[in-house]
Amino acid sequence: MPVVLETRSLDKHFGGIVAANQVSLQIQKGARHALIGPNGAGKTTVVNLLTGVLKPTAGQILLDGRDITRLQPHERVRLGIARTFQINQLFGDLTPIETLGLAISERLGLGTDWWRIVGSKSAVTEEIVELIERFRLGDVMSTRTAILPYGKQRLLEIALAIACKPRVLLLDEPAAGVPEDERHEILATVAALPQDVTVLLIEHDMDIIFSFADRISVLVNGALFVEGEPDAVARDPRVKAVYLGEAFDA
Amino acid sequence: MSDISRPLAAQVTELLLRRARWSPIEIAFWLVAASTIWLFPARHLILTEICIWALFALSLDLILGYAGIISLGHAAFFGLGAYAAGLIGKYDIIGEPALALVASGLAAAGLGFATSFLVLRGSDLTRLMVTFGISLLLRELANKYSEISGGADGLQGVEIKPLLGQFRFDLYGHTGYAYSLVVLFVLFLLARRVVQSPFGLSLQAIRGNPLRSSAVGIATNWRLVAIYTLSAGYAGVAGALLAQTQAFASLEMFSVERSADVLLILIIGGTGYLYGGIVGALIFRFLQDYLSTLTARYWQFWIGLILIAIVLVGRDRIAGWTMPLRKLADALGRWRPGRPSATGGKP
Repeated sequence: MPVVLETRSLDKHFGGIVAANQVSLQIQKGARHALIGPNGAGKTTVVNLLTGVLKPTAGQILLDGRDITRLQPHERVRLGIARTFQINQLFGDLTPIETLGLAISERLGLGTDWWRIVGSKSAVTEEIVELIERFRLGDVMSTRTAILPYGKQRLLEIALAIACKPRVLLLDEPAAGVPEDERHEILATVAALPQDVTVLLIEHDMDIIFSFADRISVLVNGALFVEGEPDAVARDPRVKAVYLGEAFDA
Repeated sequence: MSDISRPLAAQVTELLLRRARWSPIEIAFWLVAASTIWLFPARHLILTEICIWALFALSLDLILGYAGIISLGHAAFFGLGAYAAGLIGKYDIIGEPALALVASGLAAAGLGFATSFLVLRGSDLTRLMVTFGISLLLRELANKYSEISGGADGLQGVEIKPLLGQFRFDLYGHTGYAYSLVVLFVLFLLARRVVQSPFGLSLQAIRGNPLRSSAVGIATNWRLVAIYTLSAGYAGVAGALLAQTQAFASLEMFSVERSADVLLILIIGGTGYLYGGIVGALIFRFLQDYLSTLTARYWQFWIGLILIAIVLVGRDRIAGWTMPLRKLADALGRWRPGRPSATGGKP
């Protein structure tokens, strides 16, 4: 399998703190790759570096072999990298329809159109409908996002990333904060993503990781610690000691 | 698409297009506005002033209400537009006032574009200070080059040709008012279109969450540059209207008071729905007129009090105070003899 997204010796320093330390990661096309590690290990920092929210202190990021280290966040989205956020980053004043319409319009290159009315293009509305159905947002589609129930906001958070039709999707704890009985809905949508979409998943929940991932990288103190197939990582005594601890023996 | 989703598609389209539809209140508003041309000829001077304030506040609404850019120096563009129109008139560079108006707006838009890069970065406080600073710079430049601007005496000898070669700008302001109202209406239509476009939606997204906006592929900086430039152009047209209808331009048009007043007007009228500037200008100017007959020297006391009430109490809550009345009206409307109204009452 070809490598889609790659980092080479990525460093990120905040003052004296090393948040990412020589991270060299290879994510293969179509992979279900999980990035795990204890709190403060630098997982979100890696996502922020990959998406361009943060600029690395040193190192390179390549998408399909092309150096994208200096590209702006929106330019990376256009090349096919989309993400969700650990803490919802939505547009409180917009409805789910408007939110999705916005992202779809941008992807279709209509974002600078200042004359046509939003919704007058059937290509946009068709895609909105598809996502509204897929993420079961129909009953809240015209409610302001700020007052949606948390679970629905979480679904919209993912739907918004999918609306960008990414080739590489970075999911930062998609089920974080979602009550137990609503988790399966989120996980089902993640599991149903098309096979050709490459997914990098950041997660704490071991059940989710081992049911989903076909490859796992363990990050500790900003550095890659262990990488391999789920079984191998699960058996690795160093991982048990450093990260999984007793929780994994159970 | 499945059969079930077909009505959903229609619903989605309807919900999106509904935002752009003209409501009866809007249509009535503009009909009333147009009728004032014939109904209140004696009031045309003050109505012209209101139109110009409304357009100026509309221009501020484009950046503040839609893109979340706060400015305390919007008079920089107003003043530049005014001097541009004044100089064009004085030296007879463009004979047709409407064309001169467009040229003045473009000049202000040029300044807006050039300075937009300074307001991209930073917090609200930074933006407040940068925009404030730019208006001070412009005012002092006009003051320094008094051989062009007329300095503290203002620009004298401005002569405005008849509009479309037909309509003279008369002393009673009849031509000036019709002209100002038409310009306001045309630019309002354009603004209305712009804010309902995908571009306008992206501005609202940037105001709401710039981080996520760039994460869905929006080049946030360029969008802000674009709307700031457009807004500056609008402000320039407003300034040019004032210069043309008064055949005069002065340093006061760059003043901080003017920047503050336009912010006040927009806050009174409400941001982010385009009519705020017009409503605010009406309230502000008529209140000023009314209060200054009661207490000529201290009328701003009351304006200050109203401003504080709006900001502290909040517009939503003030609207909420009328809630019991509206509920009552609602309940009365729903009440049918023989059926207890309690079951129909929805909070």
